[in-house]
Amino acid sequence: MIAEQARASLGSMLGVEIGAGVPMVVDVPASRWEEIARYAKDTIGCRFFNFLTAVDWKEQGLEVVARVDNLEDGISLMLKTKLGSGVNNCASLTPVYRGANWMERECFDMFGVHFDNHPDLRRILLEDGWEGHPLLKSYAVDTPHPPYR
Amino acid sequence: MLDVNNTTRVEMDWSGPERLQMNMGPQHPSAHGVFRAILGLQGETVVDVDAVIGYLHRCHEKLSETLTYAQYPSIASKTDYVAAMTSEFAYVLAAEEIGKFEVPKRAQYLRVIVAELQRIASHLLWLGTWCMDMGGALGGGATIFLYCIREREDILDLFEALVGARLLYGFFQVGGVRYDIPDGWAEQCRSTIDRINSRIDEYEQMLVDNAFFLARTQGVGVVSRELAQDVGIAGPLLRGSGVNYDIRRNAPYSSYQDFDFRVPVETDGDCYARYRVRMAEFRQAISIIRQALDKLPAGPISSRPALKSVAQIRLPKGEAYARVEGPRGEVGTYMISDGSAKPYRMKWRGASFSNLAILPHIIPGHKVADVVAIMGSVDPVFGEVDR
Repeated sequence: MIAEQARASLGSMLGVEIGAGVPMVVDVPASRWEEIARYAKDTIGCRFFNFLTAVDWKEQGLEVVARVDNLEDGISLMLKTKLGSGVNNCASLTPVYRGANWMERECFDMFGVHFDNHPDLRRILLEDGWEGHPLLKSYAVDTPHPPYR
Repeated sequence: MLDVNNTTRVEMDWSGPERLQMNMGPQHPSAHGVFRAILGLQGETVVDVDAVIGYLHRCHEKLSETLTYAQYPSIASKTDYVAAMTSEFAYVLAAEEIGKFEVPKRAQYLRVIVAELQRIASHLLWLGTWCMDMGGALGGGATIFLYCIREREDILDLFEALVGARLLYGFFQVGGVRYDIPDGWAEQCRSTIDRINSRIDEYEQMLVDNAFFLARTQGVGVVSRELAQDVGIAGPLLRGSGVNYDIRRNAPYSSYQDFDFRVPVETDGDCYARYRVRMAEFRQAISIIRQALDKLPAGPISSRPALKSVAQIRLPKGEAYARVEGPRGEVGTYMISDGSAKPYRMKWRGASFSNLAILPHIIPGHKVADVVAIMGSVDPVFGEVDR
C-alpha cells in the first residue's frame, strides 16, 4: 500500500480528512483506538511498533500518542486519541502489538493512564510504592518524597 | 520439551519439574549497568523472565520541560552516555524541525563525522564487554576487552581535542554545532580510523574461527523478523533479523544522502547475526567518516547569532518527531512546542528501552549462561533504558 491509499482509506474509515505530511497524523476516537491500530497493522502494513506515550493537555485531559511504521513502503502513522477531561482509561494495544506492553507500562507509570486489558499493568521505571505520576503537569518538579529506604 | 505451564513453584530445588527463582542483578557484571532479571528456572533452563528496570531513572522527559532549548542538548548526552553525541543529535533535530532552522553544510558534515565516530566507539565498547561476558573461551578473558578499550580511547582523545570532554559533550546546538575542528584534527582522525580499520580485522580473526564463540552465539537468542518489528527493536538487532532498514538511508538527515555506504543485513536473527551486522557497521562508519572528511565544506558552523541568554531560542507552536540512527538503533525525540523557550512535552524514544523489551520474548527456553550472551548481543545502555 502506498501512502496516498493509506491516507484515503484511513480518512474514509474515520470520516475525516487526513492532512498531508510525514508522518501522517491520525486523530482516532478513543472508542476505536484498538480497531484503528489493528487496521494500521494488518491492512496498511505498519508492523513496526515505534513508541507509545501520552501528552497532558491540562484541563483538556490526556492524549495518548502512538507511532507505527510500515518500513517497507515508508509509511509512518502518528495515531492520537484524546481521552477527554478527567478520563484516564484507554484501550490497550497489547493484543495488536507486543511492543505496546512496556510502552503502556511506562505511560501508566508516568501519566497514570489505565490501559484496559493490559496483561501486566504495573509501574516500570519508578518503584512500586511511588505516589503520583510525574509527567502530569500537576506534578511539581520538586515534589518531596520519602527517603529511598 | 519442558511443559512450562504445568509446573509448581518451590522455594529451593534443582531437579524435577519444580521451578527455582533466581535473581540476576542489579549489580551483575554482565548487566552492563543496573538491570535486574528475575529468572524462573527449571533445571538450568530459563522458563520465564521478569525484567526490572528503572534503577537509573532521572525523568529526563520532565527535566526537558524545565530546561530551555539552549540548555538541554548537553543534558541530553546523559540519556545514552555511551553514545552521547547521538542523543544530542536527536534533540536538536527535533527543535530545528519545529523552528525551521537551516543548518550550514559544514555543521551537517561535522555532525555526521562525530556521530559515526561515536558509533565506532560505542560498538567497540559493546564488542569488548560482550566478549568479556562470555568469558575466557574468547582468547583469554579480558583480551578483546582491553584491545577494544585501547581503540575506543583513541576516539575519546579525538572528542577531547574537539570539545574538551571525553564522554558527555555538548557539541550539538540548535542551528549547528558549537565547535569547529582544530588544526591537525582531520589528520589525527584519519590515522585513528585507519588504525581501527586494521584492528577490526584482527578481532574478527580472533573470533571467526573460535569454536566456543560460535557455539555460544550461533542459533542463540533468535529473533524472528515478525517479532522484531512487533516489539519495535531497532538498529543492528532489527537488521540482524533480516529487516533492511536504516534511517540514514531510508529517511536521510544531516546530509547522509551525500555519502555512499552499505546497510549490512543478516537474516538469521541470532546473536551471531547481530555480531556480524555490527562488525560490518564498523567498516561502513569508517568509510562515511573518510568521505565526510574528504568533502568537508568550508563555511560557518552555526546558522544563528550567538545567544545572550539561555532563553533566547523560542520555537513556534508545533510538534515534530525527529530520529537518528544511533549505534543501538532509532533514537528519537517527539517534541511539542507551545511557543515558549522550553518544550511543552518531550518524549525520548530510547533505542535501548525498546531493544531490551525483546528479552522476555527470546530468553525463555535458553540456559542461564545464554542469558549473558543474549543480553550482551542486545547492547543495552541503561542510561537510555531508564532515561
